[in-house]
Amino acid sequence: MHINIILAGVGGQGILSIAAVIGRAALQSNLTIRQTEVHGMSQRGGAVQSHLRISDREIYSDLIAEGTAQMILSVEPHEALRYLPFLAPESRIITSIDPFVNVENYPAIEDILAELNRTNRPVLVNAAELAREAGNARTSNMVMLGAAAPYIGIATEQLESAIGELFHAKGPDIVDINIRAFRKGQELSQTQATEP
Amino acid sequence: MNKHLLLGAEAIALGALDAGISGVYAYPGTPSTEITEYIQKNSDAQEQPVRSSWSANEKTAYEAALGMSYAGKRSLVCMKHVGLNVAADAFINSAITGVNGGLVVAVADDPSMHSSQNEQDSRVYGKFAMLPVLEPSSQQDLYTATREAFDLSESVKLPVLLRLTTRLAHSRAGVERTLARMQNSLHALYAPERFVLIPQNARRQYNVLLGMQKELEKRSEQSWLNRLITGTGSRGVIAFGIAFNYTMEVRQTFGLDFPVLQIGQYPLPRKQVENFFTSCDTILVAEEGYPVYEELLRGYFGNQNIKGRMDGSLPRAGELNADIIASGLGIEPKAVMPVPDIVVQRPPALCKGCGHRDLYDALTAVMSSFREHHVFSDIGCYTLGALEPFNAIHTCVDMGASITMAKGAADAGLRPAVAVIGDSTFTHSGMTGLLDAINDRSPLTVIIADNDTTAMTGGQQSSATGSKLLDICRGLGVEEKHLRTIVPLKSHLEENMTVLKEEISYDGVSVVIAQRECIETAARKKRTKVAST
Ligand code: SF4
Repeated sequence: MHINIILAGVGGQGILSIAAVIGRAALQSNLTIRQTEVHGMSQRGGAVQSHLRISDREIYSDLIAEGTAQMILSVEPHEALRYLPFLAPESRIITSIDPFVNVENYPAIEDILAELNRTNRPVLVNAAELAREAGNARTSNMVMLGAAAPYIGIATEQLESAIGELFHAKGPDIVDINIRAFRKGQELSQTQATEP
Repeated sequence: MNKHLLLGAEAIALGALDAGISGVYAYPGTPSTEITEYIQKNSDAQEQPVRSSWSANEKTAYEAALGMSYAGKRSLVCMKHVGLNVAADAFINSAITGVNGGLVVAVADDPSMHSSQNEQDSRVYGKFAMLPVLEPSSQQDLYTATREAFDLSESVKLPVLLRLTTRLAHSRAGVERTLARMQNSLHALYAPERFVLIPQNARRQYNVLLGMQKELEKRSEQSWLNRLITGTGSRGVIAFGIAFNYTMEVRQTFGLDFPVLQIGQYPLPRKQVENFFTSCDTILVAEEGYPVYEELLRGYFGNQNIKGRMDGSLPRAGELNADIIASGLGIEPKAVMPVPDIVVQRPPALCKGCGHRDLYDALTAVMSSFREHHVFSDIGCYTLGALEPFNAIHTCVDMGASITMAKGAADAGLRPAVAVIGDSTFTHSGMTGLLDAINDRSPLTVIIADNDTTAMTGGQQSSATGSKLLDICRGLGVEEKHLRTIVPLKSHLEENMTVLKEEISYDGVSVVIAQRECIETAARKKRTKVAST
């Protein structure tokens, strides 16, 4: 197995937690992993990305080459578009449709959705709503991880146990809410996949 | 599974802990901060205590590390590339004194300037100081090389420079540990002939260092960090540090089989490079950073068979990646989807509710009443005041330069001369400049934005905040009448403007301290408090 994932969002939206869960799960599945992060100045409310590479063979580069990502997983719809040059042919965008507006010239959401729909069978997720249903609006990132889960190639149990480990210190309630959020995203994604 | 998922920076930290360091010394700086943070978080788990709190700046950090080495124990000192400029005096001279306990200096360079004001290449400093330099290319190699760097340091009795760049520092991979070893026992070295660098000692010691160079080169020839990946064809790549990863990625992706010479330890292994040159007709030199070795290999008149950053085969500036190496090897880029036109920039910005916003609102309003309204500033979150919508500051050069540049401008006759500096930057390099201004009675106003932390790098402990800052200013000689404090809040705008206006109009040295905790740090403290109750 070999997958390149571009994780995208805005500083503070929790994409590093998504990366941490997938990373742990991959390591437990005895896979090789490389995952870049953005720290420092660029983090302050700016666009952030993480390159995540998982494979059963050796991985050399920490960065994903253009045109070779099997997935763009974004917690913000506009940010998903920023990394289109990385997407491999026939690969898909999985993104939240909740805009994070902190710049004046943020484009109209209809235009963003139109661009997203121009790509290959995108998975569009009302993440904030599902997160609230799960019990906490801050778990949008786990909703998005759930939505991506069917396409990552790592067993659901491994991902859920990694969520448990990551949030362990915050107590069982927080773990439960995050797992619920994960399952909501996964459910939505599976339903979309079976639609014609 | 006994692999740890670690950032490159953390792999260095774990390697150093397992090598038996007794202390780490550092000033925070992206992308090096996580080395020290990892040690701070894990120091309780160590069998023997490891000293790890933040230093005032890179120079004090380096000298303390050298002192720990003098006392016979192993020490690690970490900084970002520009931090080595600050520590350079100690660094270069520690090559002359040599060390006792192992001393490793981990320096993280930032090509492409993700969070820095330049992309200087620390390998140049390594050559300048004539010290061994290690540049591993993976997280696992960073762990192993860091462990071994302490042995190398103790064996050649010299500090060892460990160089990494942003991508490796901030990328995670699984790392396997080896057994941790004990710290050194205290065995301070009584060797004034080495450590008292008066000319007769320095000359002798410098000759010792020169004499060591052959030995260092021999170590490089034998190092596992320098190795040949055999292949076919007459075209080869010499890949330095992380450039090795991108080169191998290209080999893998395109099913190519060209030979690669990986370089991860300096001085350059002359024989290996010579052999490689005789086996290849053309060579691409791939370095993450300056074309330091490309220039040497080309020689003064240029070698037509060498490709690299200097002939445009690779771009002269910025970090490398697999796409760039591929195009350097003449591989046509494939067509990719473009970024849609509607996508806009989302630059970093001050957090909503940050006190710096209110400080700049007040300051800009006051400055607009003067004909000249230059504000000299410094390095920290508040540097974002240079961007829209604030446009409130007009310089940011290096740590501490706000005060000293304002002083120089005041000396030239510029009125008013105003400096904005953070609490941590002030104790890093601002205090001495303020002393200069006081001694000269230069008319300037220093605004210290005291947010109680080193916010920009993620909220590390600052050396002096609150009343300690006031005491420092008093001690340096700031008049009590012109040492004022304000609270940068929207509701205080009027009174803050009054204070700023009064002090900026004063014809002498005045200091206004704007005290309000960074909201990010405050929120983090609250979260940890909730989690622990
Ligand atoms: S991290 Fe703190 S100091 Fe920096 S912009 Fe945010 S609130 Fe302001």
